[in-house]
Amino acid sequence: MAEELVFRFTVDGDDFTSAGQASVQIKKNLRQLGIPSDIIRRVSIAMYEGEINMVIHAKGGEALVKVTEDYIEIVLEDKGPGIKNVEQAMQEGFSTAPEGIRSLGFGAGMGLPNMKRYTDNMEISTVVGVGTTITMRVNLA
Amino acid sequence: MTVSSLIEKGFNAVTLPQGDRMVNGVYIGDLLSWVMSSCSADNIWITIMSNINVIAVASLTDASCVILAEGVTLQDDVIKEAEKKGVNVLSTDKSSYEVAVLLSDILK
Repeated sequence: MAEELVFRFTVDGDDFTSAGQASVQIKKNLRQLGIPSDIIRRVSIAMYEGEINMVIHAKGGEALVKVTEDYIEIVLEDKGPGIKNVEQAMQEGFSTAPEGIRSLGFGAGMGLPNMKRYTDNMEISTVVGVGTTITMRVNLA
Repeated sequence: MTVSSLIEKGFNAVTLPQGDRMVNGVYIGDLLSWVMSSCSADNIWITIMSNINVIAVASLTDASCVILAEGVTLQDDVIKEAEKKGVNVLSTDKSSYEVAVLLSDILK
């Protein structure tokens, strides 16, 4: 049985400008593990979009990255408002981000579509008023 | 062509922690998620955005450098972050379009 590596991060919901700390850190960790650069790029971008979402919508949350021999799994968990209509949220260009976020270059309605684009598998588990958990996988094999 | 050699073409160096990186292709955009969906590794990324998230996006997409167009400048803490993350940043008074036209010629 091959060894599994797990990295855990707390995504701070208060400081919007520091969002991305976890994805930048995971990029370093994966590089040290000798993961191919195109895989690192996909994992870190997907995770960054997830982090930004958690900061914008859910006042932060927890991120967990599991590295196995066959895949890298990213689990993003928050106790935010939940997603009312997942199908709508997955459409490119659909956004519920507040106006102030747009002046920072976010809120283009591309976050969830990008997360799907850069991963091989993405599952969204969400309950309105309770929170959202997103599980993404990028295959290594 | 390296990022550093763009200086000779009239771009200003804001910070060049990895000036010897090779450039390949160009992407222009200001909406960060859009940039993350379309900017390829080693691209020169032309933008007018200047907040600290630009540095994270440049780092995550593996852009070879950021060119700030239209005379946009960075605050000191953003420059420090770029140095820390190894993100090359250049600037110019030219518009994004003018930069693209110039690069099209240079990168031929």
